[in-house]
Amino acid sequence: MLRSALAFLPAVLMFVGPALANKVFVSNERGNSVTVLDSQSWEVIATFPAGNRPRGITISPDGKELYVCASDDDTVRVFDPETYEELHTLPSGPDPELFALDPSGNPLYIANEDDNLVTVVDVKTRQVLAEVPVGVEPEGVAVSPDAKTVINTSETTNMAHFIDTSSYKIVHNVLVDQRPRYAEFTADGKKLYVSSEIGGTVSVIDLSAAEPKITKKITFAVPGVLPEWLQPVGVKATKDGSRVFVALGPANRVAVIDGKTDEVLDYLLVGQRVWQMAFTPDEEFLITTNGNSNDVSIIDVKAEEVIRSVQVGEQPWGVVVAPN
Amino acid sequence: MTNPSLLLAVFWAAMLIASPLQAAEVKTAVLRIDRVLGPPISRLDAPPADLGFAGAMLGNEDNRTTGAFTGMDYTVKTQAVAPEQAEAALDALKAEGIGLIAVIAEGDMLKALSDRAGPEVLLLNAGARDEALRDADCRANVLHVSPSRSMLSDSIVQFLMWKKWSRILLIHGSHPEDKLLADSYRKSAAKFGAEIVEEREFVDTGGGRRTDTGHVMVQKQIPVFTQDAEDHDVVVAADEAGVFAPYLPYHTWDPRPVAGSAGLRPVSWHAAHEAWGATQFQRRFEKLTGRNMREEDYQAWLAMRVIGEVVTRSGKADPVSVRAYALSPDFELAAFKGQKLTFRSWNGQLRQPILLTDGRVTVSVSPQDGFLHQHSPLDTLGIDAPETACQAFGG
Repeated sequence: MLRSALAFLPAVLMFVGPALANKVFVSNERGNSVTVLDSQSWEVIATFPAGNRPRGITISPDGKELYVCASDDDTVRVFDPETYEELHTLPSGPDPELFALDPSGNPLYIANEDDNLVTVVDVKTRQVLAEVPVGVEPEGVAVSPDAKTVINTSETTNMAHFIDTSSYKIVHNVLVDQRPRYAEFTADGKKLYVSSEIGGTVSVIDLSAAEPKITKKITFAVPGVLPEWLQPVGVKATKDGSRVFVALGPANRVAVIDGKTDEVLDYLLVGQRVWQMAFTPDEEFLITTNGNSNDVSIIDVKAEEVIRSVQVGEQPWGVVVAPN
Repeated sequence: MTNPSLLLAVFWAAMLIASPLQAAEVKTAVLRIDRVLGPPISRLDAPPADLGFAGAMLGNEDNRTTGAFTGMDYTVKTQAVAPEQAEAALDALKAEGIGLIAVIAEGDMLKALSDRAGPEVLLLNAGARDEALRDADCRANVLHVSPSRSMLSDSIVQFLMWKKWSRILLIHGSHPEDKLLADSYRKSAAKFGAEIVEEREFVDTGGGRRTDTGHVMVQKQIPVFTQDAEDHDVVVAADEAGVFAPYLPYHTWDPRPVAGSAGLRPVSWHAAHEAWGATQFQRRFEKLTGRNMREEDYQAWLAMRVIGEVVTRSGKADPVSVRAYALSPDFELAAFKGQKLTFRSWNGQLRQPILLTDGRVTVSVSPQDGFLHQHSPLDTLGIDAPETACQAFGG
């Protein structure tokens, strides 16, 4: 490990160009670890233990704290992204799976899958600010760009719950297709994408009116792949809103969607059971976690091509890239 | 005697006052008909008192959580009765205004109850495996969330064909349900190109199923019973009555794997299953009940979730509307089996993957890769539309 890190060091120093190397953190659900990649060399530069069943993973806007949902430890573990030391834990409520940070870096909104709650935690004081009862098996969490609304998707209730961050009350519930997994706002806050894994659709929810409204359901079709295996999970939209990428789980594909028309343009073949995704800060690359092939695929966002795959730990689940 | 019209007037007045404030209530029940049975071969299989009911409680809890957001409340009444009290119990539930009833009973009993219930009641079969109930004896007021015998036997034979274990020694019991299951395996073998090279009947002579020295006798008897069979790749046991199948593994004359009623078993659910988010579902059940989830619990949970999903999507809770929506193309249900479950509109059977378990882990899930169907791979399991003799669904 040390040797590869040393070997890599001069390459960074010699590099001249616009793109910076960023650390990419991948949570390995069965490996109980986090794998660290370098976003330029795509080499594994470190692996460190991250508690039991690490799934959701995110990083503070200043890049100083890495948060990991250690689901089977019923806690969120906080790591130093430089030293990989565990700094402390956060009270997460039981079985934290996915979470989202307020754009300011505080608080953290955590979905507690076993208890039908969203727990709101102050990452500085490490206190629980609120517990919001939601539908059965809460999973996806997203914070609106203006930080006024938190979305939570409940997998068995099949709703996107809209939580007002000033009152921690649910203000809207939008029924979507079976087993909603992930919610993603566009950067302008005007649209929300919600993936339904078993329903096989992504609901496009228009937020410009007083009431959120589903305006379209994106469906998928890949020749030679049974429709049953086209199961949308992770969703990522580019900042300019031109492209939306949808991970299709056991179909081993990422769908490329036109962000204006919400039509599917292409399908990119990635590793097996593609789950979550993250952009590098410049959006040059999109990294996908492939749970069954124990690797991540790297997509060149402009070219809309998979450029390589990198072996990580056992059953990679979540991914986040350190800010510049 | 109280004046009935006065009672009615009071009732309506109460409704008028209550309705703007209270959530609409969806009343459901689980009716379990318990026959007196001997102890199972393994004490691990002894049925808990809340068998099925616990699954329904979880399903009802799930529905209530969702109902908090849709203005619907759900109740479930659970009742276990002896066969001779079954009809009275059904009548009593109807009299209480409960028209959505999950039934855990044997096939003949379910048929009798469905004939008695009438079209204003919807029964959800969470127990009986009988093919006839999905075929010539199908009833319009019954939806089957429990898989049929042919779905289970097809699941096993698909796996055996995938393994290229196509030569089967079929050992069936002497009870009527064993013979129905054996017949199902014969049809599955013919359907997927397996060969039943020989059949043997294990006659239930009424001996004790468990004794202190049981294993000594078993170790001597089973090898003899399975001696000199035609060349076979696998033993398939059809022992729905639970008389002998668990004795077969390790005791057969030829060293062959066992499938069917022992060894590799086809089930609607197993407590070890973890894929597709099942871990969290198992944990919620275990937290609620303090025990592992059984097939009857999963099926009763399914029944409640079918009702909940229809009510959430359609806003209607009367049995006729629930049936119509459940059978429509709009209905789909996520149920921790990796794909959406839907009903066969031509016989009311819920399509579902079948887990194959050795009792410790999920060994495989059928349908197997490569078994294709023009509509859904799930329709490679069980009788298909072109073969059905069911008339009650307009087919």
